[in-house]
Amino acid sequence: MTISVLDPGFATTVQDLGRYGCAHLGISPSGAADSLAFRTANLMVGNHENAPALEMTLSGVRLKFGESAVISIAGAECSFEIDGNPVSRRQAVQIGSGAVLKCGRMSNGVRTYLAVQGGFDVPLVLGSASTNMVARFGGVQGRMLRKGDQLQIGTLPVRKARVLDVENMPRSGITGETTFRVTRGVQQEWFAADALLTFFSQPFKVTEQCGRTGIRLVGERIAALNTSQLLTDGIPLGAIQVPPEGQPIILFVDQQTTGGYPKIANVIAADMHLVGQLRPQDVVRFREVSISEAVHLLREQENWLKRFSRE
Amino acid sequence: MPGSTTRFRVTAASDSSLLVEFGSEISQDAHEQVLSLFQVLLSEREARIRNLHPAYASLLIDFDPLQITHEDLGSHVQKFIDLGPPSAEGPGRSIEIPVCYDAEFGPDLPSVAEHNRISIEEVIRLHTSVTYHVYFLGFSPGFAYLGGLPPQLRTPRLATPRSRVAAGSVGIAGEQTGVYPLESPGGWRLIGRTPSRMFDASANSPSLLQPGNSVRFSAIDRSSFDKSLPRL
Repeated sequence: MTISVLDPGFATTVQDLGRYGCAHLGISPSGAADSLAFRTANLMVGNHENAPALEMTLSGVRLKFGESAVISIAGAECSFEIDGNPVSRRQAVQIGSGAVLKCGRMSNGVRTYLAVQGGFDVPLVLGSASTNMVARFGGVQGRMLRKGDQLQIGTLPVRKARVLDVENMPRSGITGETTFRVTRGVQQEWFAADALLTFFSQPFKVTEQCGRTGIRLVGERIAALNTSQLLTDGIPLGAIQVPPEGQPIILFVDQQTTGGYPKIANVIAADMHLVGQLRPQDVVRFREVSISEAVHLLREQENWLKRFSRE
Repeated sequence: MPGSTTRFRVTAASDSSLLVEFGSEISQDAHEQVLSLFQVLLSEREARIRNLHPAYASLLIDFDPLQITHEDLGSHVQKFIDLGPPSAEGPGRSIEIPVCYDAEFGPDLPSVAEHNRISIEEVIRLHTSVTYHVYFLGFSPGFAYLGGLPPQLRTPRLATPRSRVAAGSVGIAGEQTGVYPLESPGGWRLIGRTPSRMFDASANSPSLLQPGNSVRFSAIDRSSFDKSLPRL
C-alpha cells in the first residue's frame, strides 16, 4: 500500500538532515532548509529526527493515503486538512486508509514539513535520503515530486508521539523584517569600516534569486577594500559572500562547496533554519555575535528539542 | 622535513567550522600540506567532523560545535601538523581521461587558438602534453580544479556564459582547465568532450577524480568517443 501524489505542490522534495562527509567531492549537504521544523515534525510522530520527510515549498501537497498512517506537519503556517476537515498542528494525527490530506499555501515563511511515522521510504544515496537538486540524485529520483508519484511509508523505528511544546519554542516564522545573528566572516578585514557599518546597520531585501543554493540580497552597495582576487577556499554553511558588485549572498544547503568571493559574515547555526523560510521581498538585517555566544544559542535550541523529545 | 617549520593559521570560519590556511598563494608546497592534513582527517573518520573542504592552500573543517570546541579541534589539527606528513606517502593515483577534440565538442577551439596565436592542432597537442594535478573538487559535484595548464593555452572565460554545457565537456578558463561532470550552465571555453563518466552518485566512489590525483588527457577520434560512451 502506498501514498499517491494527487497534487505535488509548488516544489516538494524528500529531505533528511543532510548528506555529510562528501564536501571534498564537491557535494553539498542538501537536507531540510528549515532543519528545526523538520526535526520537530519527526519528533511529533515519534520518529528519529533524521527520518526522511517531505519538504513543501510555497504551496503544499494533496496526497491520498492507501493505508492508515500517523502524520504531522511543522514549519511555515499553511492550512492542514484531512478529507476537507482542518486538523491540529500541535500534535501528530492519524489519517485513515483512503483519506486525502491537503496542505495549503504557506504564510509567515515558505517551507513546511510533512512527516509520517516510520519515515518516507526512499533509497539512501551516499548515506542520505536528501534530494540533491544540483546533481539530481537522492530523494525520489533526484527530483521534485510529480502528480502520480507513489510514495512508500518506511519501517524506521518509532517511539511515542510527542505534543509540540509551543510555549518555549524557538522563534520560527518570518514576518516582514528578520534580524539574523552572524559571526565574523573569514575575510571580514577585506572590508573597510564604513562598508562593515553599512552591512550591520542597513536593511537588505531578498531578491527573486532565493532558493536552496543561496539567497541573493539587495541593499546599499558594500565595497571590498581588496580588489585582488581571493584564492578559492571552502565555504561554510551560511557564509555571506560579497561579489564585486557589492550585494551580499547567503550561501545555503545546496551551495557550492568552494568559492572565490570574500565572506563578510556567517549566519549562526541557531538561525540557519530561518534562512529556509525567506522569500523574495522579505527584509533582513544582520547583528554580530561572538562564536561562543553563537554556540551558546545553538545549545539552548538543542535543549528545547531534547526536552520536547523526552516529554 | 619535520612539521615544526610548517606555517599555518587556524581561524574560526563560523560557529561550526575552522579554516586552516597554509599561506595565501597557490604552491605545490602549500597544497601538499593541505592534502596531508585532509587525508589524515579523512582516514580518522572522527564522528564530530562532518565535512572537509580542501582547496588550493586551505582546508575548511565543518564540525559539530556541541561535540567539540573550536579550541579542542584546533589543538587536534595542530597535533597532526606537528607530526608532519606521513612518510610513506607515494604519488597520487594517475588517471587518463580520453577526450574527443572534434569541432562539434570544441566550439571554442578556434578562439583559444586565435587568442594564443597558435593552430588548433597545437592547442590539442599542448593540452595532451602535460600531467595535471587535482587541487580539489568544488563548484559542482565531481568538478576538479586542475593545475598545470601550459601557459600558451591560457584564455579568458567567455564574456557571456552558455546556459547549457553538456556533461563531459572539457574547458579552459584563464589558467585553469577542467571537465564539466554534469550538464550545467558554464562560461569556460570548450575545447572537447570526454566519454568518461566523471560523476556517478550511485557508485562506490562517486567522483572519478579525487584531490591529489594526477591527470592526463589523451586525444581520441569521434568513432572511439561514440563507442566508449556509457550505455544508458
